[in-house]
Amino acid sequence: MYASNKNAASPCTRRSLRMPLPAGALRVCRRIAAVAATALAGYAGVALGAAAPAAHAAHAAHAVPDTIGQSVLACVVCHGEEGRATPDGYLPRIAGKPAGYLYNQLLNFRDGRRHNAAMSRMLAYLSDDYLREIAEYFASVDLPYPPPQAPAASPAALAHGQTLVRRGDAARQLPSCAACHGPELTGVEPAVPGLLGLPRDYLAGQFGAWKTGLRHAQAPDCMAEIAERMRPDDVAAVVNWLASQPVPADSRPAAEAPEPPPMRCGGVPQ
Amino acid sequence: MSATSPGTGRRIWLRTLAILVAGIAAVVALVAFLNLRGESAADEVAASGPPSAETIERGAYLARVGNCVGCHTTPGGPDYAGGRGIETPFGTIYASNLTSDPETGIGDWSAGEFWRAMHNGRSKDGRLLYPAFPYPNYTQITREDSDAIFAYLQSQPPAVRPNRPHALRFPYGLQASLAVWRALYFRPAAFEPDPAQPADWNRGAYLVRSLGHCGACHSPRNFLGAVAPASEFTGGPLSAGAWYAPSLKAAEEAGVGRWEIGDIVALMQTGQSPQASTIGPMAEVVFRSTQHLSEADLRAMAVFLKALPPQPAAADDGAEPSAASLEQGRAVYEAQCAQCHGDEGEGAPGAYAPLAGTRAITMASSANVVRMILDGGFTPSTTGNPRPYGMPPFAHSLGNADIAAVASYIRNAWGNQAAQVSALEVMRYR
Repeated sequence: MYASNKNAASPCTRRSLRMPLPAGALRVCRRIAAVAATALAGYAGVALGAAAPAAHAAHAAHAVPDTIGQSVLACVVCHGEEGRATPDGYLPRIAGKPAGYLYNQLLNFRDGRRHNAAMSRMLAYLSDDYLREIAEYFASVDLPYPPPQAPAASPAALAHGQTLVRRGDAARQLPSCAACHGPELTGVEPAVPGLLGLPRDYLAGQFGAWKTGLRHAQAPDCMAEIAERMRPDDVAAVVNWLASQPVPADSRPAAEAPEPPPMRCGGVPQ
Repeated sequence: MSATSPGTGRRIWLRTLAILVAGIAAVVALVAFLNLRGESAADEVAASGPPSAETIERGAYLARVGNCVGCHTTPGGPDYAGGRGIETPFGTIYASNLTSDPETGIGDWSAGEFWRAMHNGRSKDGRLLYPAFPYPNYTQITREDSDAIFAYLQSQPPAVRPNRPHALRFPYGLQASLAVWRALYFRPAAFEPDPAQPADWNRGAYLVRSLGHCGACHSPRNFLGAVAPASEFTGGPLSAGAWYAPSLKAAEEAGVGRWEIGDIVALMQTGQSPQASTIGPMAEVVFRSTQHLSEADLRAMAVFLKALPPQPAAADDGAEPSAASLEQGRAVYEAQCAQCHGDEGEGAPGAYAPLAGTRAITMASSANVVRMILDGGFTPSTTGNPRPYGMPPFAHSLGNADIAAVASYIRNAWGNQAAQVSALEVMRYR
């Protein structure tokens, strides 16, 4: 809960002093260092209090850049450097997705509409403003995509997947993916995500999460309705086809949808 | 054959029964008396018109001091509509709907009934309330502050959400059990200022002990979940042991006796100070509550916390880590941690917590160290620190043995000294 330190820069360690000193001697050393630091800070006219971390910066062994990329370094351990996770793993790439989409997902995780314990805990005490900044940062990262995964389905299944993605199935009130996610399936600004360049298992996982109520979006939750109308073989066909498609050279989301979307979605500004 | 005649036997039996019944009646009467003591008759003072905007604003502020919204809101749900489950060793308590909806909230309550809940721990319908609602702390709130909070809650939009029954194990779910608990451990009390102390200390004591209910987490609880006055603020486990709320009195834990007042204020206002940063449940407190408090109130709380009588933490009698485990831990540290926390555990001010000489790393309970490695997290975003730096979770990428080794290593490197953390402990914290 608290991470407190008596000696911010720790000049008084056995290693830094190169002496096997007893703990008592180290404490005395720290005391002296603390007094010296306070005197120095006072001399430099640095105000203590809310801005106090700056007063200790003099002791820092390494300076940390005050950039959004640095402060969200925690995200890239799972989502890849600069958010470039590849289909080799399960977790989705976040680099280059529309900012509005990423922001909505950050809100959804924080506020319990999407369930992933790690994401919810990470975001629990972050403000809307900061989440928007994080979303805009990852949306602005423009990186090439690796080649797609080899398809793991029969040609017939892939053909069924392609049909659903491109044309949908009007008889079952299934709109095509392209109608909302853009003609190139690279998403539509500001809040509809692209569907290519994602791991097959991640895509399948999302359909499962919508069908079982683990993933929600702002109401009306259009994807939950669509997932509800899909059969297991539809899901398998669609995710296999999507995961096997290369991302076009221009991977940016479309500026706007070509025609009015077939459904209303709460997370997408109308 | 028995020497006693049947008549004598019956008389003895009847007498025993009578004594037993009288005894039970006396205990019941005592418990009932102890539960109702200090309650004034329903004091429905005729309201002098609707509350002023100032009162409502003050109520909003006071509700933030108490972080009422924290328990009485489910993530993403309407504010104060209740439903969040509070895990206790006795089962789950579900926070109630405090919105102005008359059916499912407290829209049909009076200020007097709200006061009775805060001060006496009894609901509008007379039911005894569970002390997960921290009325053992709130009992010290003034009537004026209670009325202001009530006025604020009543001014908020109604949300229809029926209260969810608590899921408590037998016999904790019985009102009779609760009555016995209250007879043993709860006594309504008014806040008594200490005339020997300055005004800011008294204001701080009121905020910390009453609305702030800091001791509800930062104190150990006995086997029935009660806090003994003598052990107030000496630290205790949280959320079924997932976290440890460190002692506010011990210099080895989170005692602030040697801190500058400004640093204590900074910690509560921004989530960070030169000596410490907040994460986990305390990050929630800063995020939802303390960052919004006035400078004067934060200073008052700091004055009170700084003046708490020091009480050393219990000795850490755990085993020393083996050389092999320290070596394993050093390898994990260099690969996973040193990039941010530095080769010497020096951290980076304002961004990455130093680990050398850090009390949160070396205190006897290893719960928070392991929790941080497992879950990672950000310090809260606050007006004073809007873009906190974060630490990734390692629960997926590191096994129990590696986490135990690296935790043992940082607890014993760079002059730190603390007991080892075992892989079994890590498994338990997962």
